[in-house]
This record gives sequence, C-alpha cells and structure tokens, in this order.
Amino acid sequence: MAETAQMVQLLSTDGTIRTDDVSAEYLPIIEALPDDTLRQFYRDMVVTRRFDLEATNLQRQGQLALWPPSHGQEAAQVGSARAARRQDHIFPSYREHAVGMIRGVDVVDIVRLMRGVTNGGWDPAERNNFHLYTLVLGSQVLHATGYAMGIALDGDSGTGDPQTDQAVMTYFGDGATSQGDVSEALVFAASFNTPEVFFLQNNHWAISVPVKVQSPIPLYIRPSGFGIPGIQIDGNDVLASYAVTRKNLDEARAGAGPRMIEALTYRIGAHTTSDDPTKYRMDAETASWVAKDPIERYVRFLRSRGETDAYFASVAVEAEDFAADLRRRTLELGKPTVDLIFDNVYSEPHPVMDEQKRWLADYESSLATELGAQA
Amino acid sequence: MSDDIALSKALNAGLRKALADDPRVLLMGEDIGPLGGVFRVTEGLQAEFGVSRVFDTPLAESGIVGTAIGLAMRGYRPVCEIQFDGFIFPGFDQITTQLAKMTSRHEGRISMPVVIRVPYGGHIGAVEHHQESPEAYFAHTPGLRVVSPSTPNDAYWMIQEAIASNDPVLFFEPKSRYWNKGPVDFTANEAPLHSSRIVRTGTEVTLVGHGAMVNVLMQAAELAEAEGTSIEVIDLRSLSPIDYGPIVASVQKTGRLVVASEAPGFVSVSSEIAAAVTEKAFYSLEAPVLRVSSFDTPFPPAKLETTYLPDADRILEAVDRAMAY
Repeated sequence: MAETAQMVQLLSTDGTIRTDDVSAEYLPIIEALPDDTLRQFYRDMVVTRRFDLEATNLQRQGQLALWPPSHGQEAAQVGSARAARRQDHIFPSYREHAVGMIRGVDVVDIVRLMRGVTNGGWDPAERNNFHLYTLVLGSQVLHATGYAMGIALDGDSGTGDPQTDQAVMTYFGDGATSQGDVSEALVFAASFNTPEVFFLQNNHWAISVPVKVQSPIPLYIRPSGFGIPGIQIDGNDVLASYAVTRKNLDEARAGAGPRMIEALTYRIGAHTTSDDPTKYRMDAETASWVAKDPIERYVRFLRSRGETDAYFASVAVEAEDFAADLRRRTLELGKPTVDLIFDNVYSEPHPVMDEQKRWLADYESSLATELGAQA
Repeated sequence: MSDDIALSKALNAGLRKALADDPRVLLMGEDIGPLGGVFRVTEGLQAEFGVSRVFDTPLAESGIVGTAIGLAMRGYRPVCEIQFDGFIFPGFDQITTQLAKMTSRHEGRISMPVVIRVPYGGHIGAVEHHQESPEAYFAHTPGLRVVSPSTPNDAYWMIQEAIASNDPVLFFEPKSRYWNKGPVDFTANEAPLHSSRIVRTGTEVTLVGHGAMVNVLMQAAELAEAEGTSIEVIDLRSLSPIDYGPIVASVQKTGRLVVASEAPGFVSVSSEIAAAVTEKAFYSLEAPVLRVSSFDTPFPPAKLETTYLPDADRILEAVDRAMAY
C-alpha cells in the first residue's frame, strides 16, 4: 500500500532532514540524541545487512535449511529496536534479525534455528526480553498482548516513570495482518488497555502475494476500527522509526493504551531462500525501493554531519569481521543430542517421555552391539 | 466426606480454593464473570476475588488461549473456560502449535501452567456444536496433558491438581454430570492427577471409560451382574498420559477388555488403549479388545443422540461378544 500524506518521514531519501508539520512533532526526539547513538544506528544497519547476506549465502551453500532475509528492512528494525527500553518485552516474528542483535541475541543462535539445531535458540530472560521467533504467522501477537495484560495486572506500567514502567512491542508483517490472531490481539489489547506497541513491517509482499490482497486500505488505518490509534511511517527512515516508536512506546508504558505503527518498507530479497521473486515481482518496483534504500540515505545524512570515509570504512570492516565470525561459528555447530527430542516436552515428569527415551537408548545400544559383533 | 454436592459445585469449590491458595491463578473466559459461566461453574468467584482475578474476555477462543500463553510467560497460572466443546476449534491453533510446544521450544526455560476447561459430551439435548467429545485431538498432541473427572470428588481435586501442574492441561468436564451429586472429601486427596482408578471390582470383563461414560459403565456392570457376569470398571481419569497399571492388572485378571467413549471410535483414545493393551497384555487376553464408541459421523440432531451415544445396552452387547470368544 502506497504511502499517504500522513506518513512520518524525518529523513528524505537524499539524506536531508524533513522540516514540515508531520515531522515537527518528532524531530526534537532525534535532536536530543548524542552523536554516538546516531552512529550506532548506522553500525546496526550495516552489520545486519552484512550478516544477513552471509546467512543467505550459508543457506545457498547447504549450511542452513532456510534463511528469511531482512535486506531492505534494516531501518524499520533498528530504529524501533533502539527505541525500546531495557525493561521492555519484544515478541518478534521471524525476520527481526536486527532487533534480536540489538537486544543481545547472539546471531548464531538465530542461525541454529534456521539450521535445524534447535526449535528455540536463546533464553529471552538473558537477551533483554527478546522472545523466541514464531513461525506460525501472527501467533506471537496474542502472546505479546497476554504478556502486556500481565504487566498491567502487576502494576508495572502506568506509574509515570519511563525508567521502570514496562511496555511490550510485537513485530509482524503485512501478510500476518490477515490472520485472525492479529485482529483478536487488537481486540484484547483495546479491551484491556495494554501497554503495547504493534509494530507492523509492511514489506509489501507476503511471499508472492502483494499487500493489496491483504487490505484495500492503508494498514495503519485498520486499528482505528479496534479503537487503537495507528500511525504510518517511512520504514526505510531509521530516524522516523526510532522517534515514532520511542514516543508511542513511552505513551503506552505510561498507560495511554496500545498503538500500532505501520512501517512502510520493502523486502528487497526473497521471502526466504526457498522463494523466487522473479516469478511474481516487477524489476522496476524493486528498483524503486532500492532507490529508497535505508542505509544509503543514512550515509548521506551522516556525511552531512561530518563523518568521514575512515569512519564508514571502519564500520565496513566490523561488518566483515562479524560475518566471518558468524560463518566460522556456523560451520562449527554440532548436532544436538537425542535428549533434545524428549527433554522439556513437559516441565514435569512424564511416563511416556521416560519410556520412549529409554527405548531409544536401548535400541541404539543394541545397534552398536550388533555393529561391534560384525566388526 | 461432605454431604452430597453437584459436580459443578465441586468444581466451583476447587476453583475457589485454587484462587485463594495462589494469587497468580486467574480465571478467564466468556461469560464467567457476573453470569458465572453458562453452566455456573464460576458462579460468585468474580464477586469474591475481583475482576483482575476472574474476568470476562472478548468472544474469541484463539485470543483467550493466546493471551493466556502470554500471561503464563509473565508468571500467571491462567485457567481458561471454553464455553462448549465445539467452540474450542478457533483456539486449536494456539493450543496445538503454541501452548503445547512452548516449553519444548524454550528448552525447559519456561513452563506453561495453563488449564483449559472444556464442558464436553452429549446427553443434554443440545444443538449442534454443543455435545462433542474432541479429547483425542489433544491427547494426540505432545506437550499437552488431558484429564476428565467423573465424580464431584474428582472434580474438586483434579481441577486443583491441574492448576498446580506446570504443564498445560486440557480439562474435560462431563457436562451431563454437572448436576449429579456425590460426596467430596475436602480434607484429603486420594489419587494423583494422572492415575486411573478401579471403581468396581469384578473378574470376567474389564470396562474402561472416562467422564460421563463411567456412569454408563456402572449401569452396564450392574445389569451384567444380574445376568451372572462379573464386571470390573475402571475410571480412566487421565487421557494423556494414560495410567495403564490398573488396566493391565485388571486385564490380566479378567482376560477381556471393553473400552467405551462418547467420541467417534476412529483414531480415538479408545483405539490407543486397545492397541496398547494388546501389546502389554497379549497373552492374558481371552478375546480381542473391543471398543464401544459413538458412530464415525458428525454428532446428529439431539433427538437422535440416545441412538448415537453408547448406552448400557451397547456396552452389554460388547460384553456378550467378549464373553463369546
């Protein structure tokens, strides 16, 4: 769905700051940021794009079962993730690689999921409350809403202290907006006035189906029917993503209720490495979005602020090192032990798990004995 | 033992006890607040514990289960009421793809103490989607526990044990038995949640069932006794996991097993028991394990339910067949 006049954009594609009525509300949030934070946004986006490429290549080389590329969506993810506070809880879909990295997830743990080494990958409690990826579209949006209901029940939001009040942010895509779970989550969120931001990355394609099949109206309008304010942003503008998310998360944590942000962005690559976008997408459309690339415009912005070639080169080196390290550690990943099949299916002892685990051990040792006898 | 109280009142007392014992226990569902649920199982609990502990949700089963998962992640112990058996399916995705797998995906770092209460089964003359027995879908799903009480005493204790469990529990309440009364021992619990129990001893045929079927089996056993056949009856109580100890011991004694359920028989819990007992007690069997089920059809209009659902005569027909081998 095309951008609207209401779309918040702070950084033009030419890298200049927009000064208009729409941006005026948010610019003070950006102006208050130290230079280091502005540089951090760049580093996050560049490193993400580089390791995303590395993971895509690893899949092409047979090292991963699947990889869902985030290429093109770095600004939406980095800005929103940096806007969240330490105490917030993040419920991602499965493409939020930059968000995970920023919340402290070791990217090799995302790779472990996509390689078939784990169905989880990390401990959210140790990763700044970045919850596990969810592959059934929209399911996590309800979990996020339930979690936010719990925060409200605990009285951990709405006290007026943004340093301690908690909020929840959940990520989902334009395809997932058609899932009933997303609509049900909006209903529950509105009814229970949850401290929650619904962050929709509209990357315009649900595998091969264009967003117009999901909605004839801009998606940021949809939550208004649920009693939830929606706001559209340029998702390829990291500053808009940061400022709008910061403001809305802080309002939600203060008790003002849930909000939805629609970040207009584009999936430059394939849906996953199993996909072939040349079968359904026009090159001209993709090219028009490449021209709106989130990193290129941010380079122009940083240059205008005096960053030098040496700075950009140093980030490029860091990204290369990050990717090389990811490749090295991916190739070192072993196979999980068979205990993973049975352990933790239940939290409490379960006779069937015990019996089948014991059977498998006996069976495998009998095979070993048989092979030993043949040798 | 108390005076006799209705099964629904026993559930209400069990829920009240759980709410009083643990401030993290929440009740959530459709019409469970001021109304007390369409079967009045939660009657008076919102007034007693407040709207933050016992609350009405929007009318959306996936939303109920999905938000319960989030609440459990937050440290709560949600008890969800699904209004009728046939309405659980909008929540089926969240139950099977999310709730059941959450602990496994987290490699044991979190637990999912969520109870889903489901009034199930026929015999109340209800309209379509209000009389079904969908237990097998959930028993088939790894990560879930599935139980069903048949008496007020079990209802009182099993609901508390289900809430205390750190795993998700599907709790199937035999709605046709809600108004049947029996004694409750409020002082002590005799049986673990996942144990089956011999409720009538006999020597020639073993009958196994759960929930409302247990009463039908008892009727059949008495009729058979009058005709000279000695019947043992086992109340399954837990459908996942199944406690085979008493069942196998009984079959070793009687040599004959009939498994009965209100559900269709194809790919059912009864089928599983038949297969498992054949494996575990083959040399004790004098006859094939027989199943008495509803037909493999949709639940018919209520005026036909007494023909559709197994009754004591259908049980006795199977007993006769087992005895004839």
